[in-house]
Amino acid sequence: MKTTAAPAVRPARLPDGRWRPLEIAFWLVPVVAFFLLPDYRVLGSQILIVGLFALSLDLILGYAGIVSLGHAAFFGIGAYTAGLLAVHGWGEPITGLIAAAATAAVAGYLVSLLVVRGTDLTRLMVTLGIGLMLWEAANKAAAITGGVDGLSGVAMGKVLGLWSFDISGRTAYVYSLVVVFLLFVLARRIVASPLGLSLRGIREGALRMPAIGSPVPRRLRTIFTVAAAIAGVAGALLAQTTQFVGIDTLGFPRSAELLVMLVLGGAGRLYGGLVGAALFLIAQDYLSGLSPVYWQLGIGLLLIAVVLFAHGGILGGLAKVYARLRRPTR
Amino acid sequence: MGSFIGVLFDGIAYGSLLFVIAIGLSVTLGLMNFVNLAHGAFAMIGGYVSVVAMTRFGIPFLAALPLAFVAAAAMGIVLERTLYQRLYRASHLDQVLFSIGLVYVAIAVATFIFGPSQQPVQLPEFLRGQVEVAGRGFGAYRIFLIATVAVLTVALHFLIERTRFGAAIRASVDNAIAAAGLGINVNRVFALTFALGSGLAGLGGGLGIDVLGLDPTFPLKYMVYFLLVVAVGGVGTIKGPLVAALILGVFDVAGKYYVPQAGGFVIYLLMVVLLLLFPRGLYGKRA
Repeated sequence: MKTTAAPAVRPARLPDGRWRPLEIAFWLVPVVAFFLLPDYRVLGSQILIVGLFALSLDLILGYAGIVSLGHAAFFGIGAYTAGLLAVHGWGEPITGLIAAAATAAVAGYLVSLLVVRGTDLTRLMVTLGIGLMLWEAANKAAAITGGVDGLSGVAMGKVLGLWSFDISGRTAYVYSLVVVFLLFVLARRIVASPLGLSLRGIREGALRMPAIGSPVPRRLRTIFTVAAAIAGVAGALLAQTTQFVGIDTLGFPRSAELLVMLVLGGAGRLYGGLVGAALFLIAQDYLSGLSPVYWQLGIGLLLIAVVLFAHGGILGGLAKVYARLRRPTR
Repeated sequence: MGSFIGVLFDGIAYGSLLFVIAIGLSVTLGLMNFVNLAHGAFAMIGGYVSVVAMTRFGIPFLAALPLAFVAAAAMGIVLERTLYQRLYRASHLDQVLFSIGLVYVAIAVATFIFGPSQQPVQLPEFLRGQVEVAGRGFGAYRIFLIATVAVLTVALHFLIERTRFGAAIRASVDNAIAAAGLGINVNRVFALTFALGSGLAGLGGGLGIDVLGLDPTFPLKYMVYFLLVVAVGGVGTIKGPLVAALILGVFDVAGKYYVPQAGGFVIYLLMVVLLLLFPRGLYGKRA
């Protein structure tokens, strides 16, 4: 008599650092796009930058489960740091990025002290309040920030002293792509590290994590600071490549749209933010030309639909389809 | 000193308006733990309904206000039954996203129908100008506002503390499961309370056109204020949101009057400080 073969249960694997073919293919897309779609390089670098910003939100929202309505605060801080440095004569891009990351990280650490204490509602309100406060501050300090007119006159130097930012957006695209890729690798490493695993544990059960010796507030503070720094770099990239800082970098709509992109792409997945940002910005490029009112209606309906019917966003849906295909057919 | 009394008075009028609009949110957040960022949309519906009633159909201001209440309450019950109730058990993130989506839809629809500009309001003769009290002039409309809200508050207090329906609300706030076990139809209580809260928001929207203004971005512009009233006041009581709304109103008016260069800064700072000092709200039973 044959023993019934036990279904092949693969042990839950720890995440390893290996790059899968799909990931490599994903990163080839922006490289190919650079050569095939030279007219869309400006849009392309926008997508990369916003994708990086969405990735930073994903670290705290998708992985650690902190709902933030004010993540644009750090994006704006980074943008203004890089922009102000350049306006006042420090146009070297790389150090500008580092300065922006540092400033945003300090701000992120300070905010994290307030954020880790509360419940969901308090977190939401505190992040929202801090975002609005910064917007108001930038608005009122028009002598420094340019107020609602934005900060213009951002004069950038050459990247590594070799390539200057040109009107066609070539340098901007490559520069953004390289920076975004490097930070993506960092985020990928963080997510696969013990820190990343403990964050997922906190998201799933914050009360149980202390029982296995995980210092919950410290983990949350760490990731919040890292996410703020990455958001700051994204903001700085935008300031440097567009050579302008608008006050909308700090605004609530930016935080809300970011949430939309992330959820559309799939929160809690490394590529969710990038995919969501790409789809969102491409759709915006096509549709908002028709009418801003329809665009707003469209985002609203889309959000409601995603929440009600399409949990996990696009990547979540694809993963389900993939899992079904992989299931051994008997 | 004279200006201080004027600021205090305007602040109280402003605060009572915030209270009427936000009290419904306190129930949504408190009873079903639903983070509803779209609450301001119901106030906006009330505002537009009263504007249309007055300008297109020539209905007097005081008669337009009940219409605002009814329209917003009807909208509330429809949305509650069709959409909101599906998400009671969803995560806060889903609720936030859903209600942001609703805000965007509301803004787009309002812009589509009424255009992006501010709506005018024609107040009746007896509510315009100033009333002389003890040698000092007070805006007649502000007095009307405070009086209306005072009456509403007493009525709400009576409803919640003295009627069977109020007892059902309180029981459901304290413990929805036990309340359901005692035979209270928690779903129905919530639907009715949601409608009542939306209706009050609509009424507040109609009352507030003269003070808050009315344009399609209304739900977004005042979202923070409504959330703040609830977060600071705590949920499940009338007193908490009332006190919070009055504090908020007075500080906001005072901030804009005494330190205009700080703009909205005062109120956001107050919000963060209050949230840190009272994470469960001033009188909150649970966060």
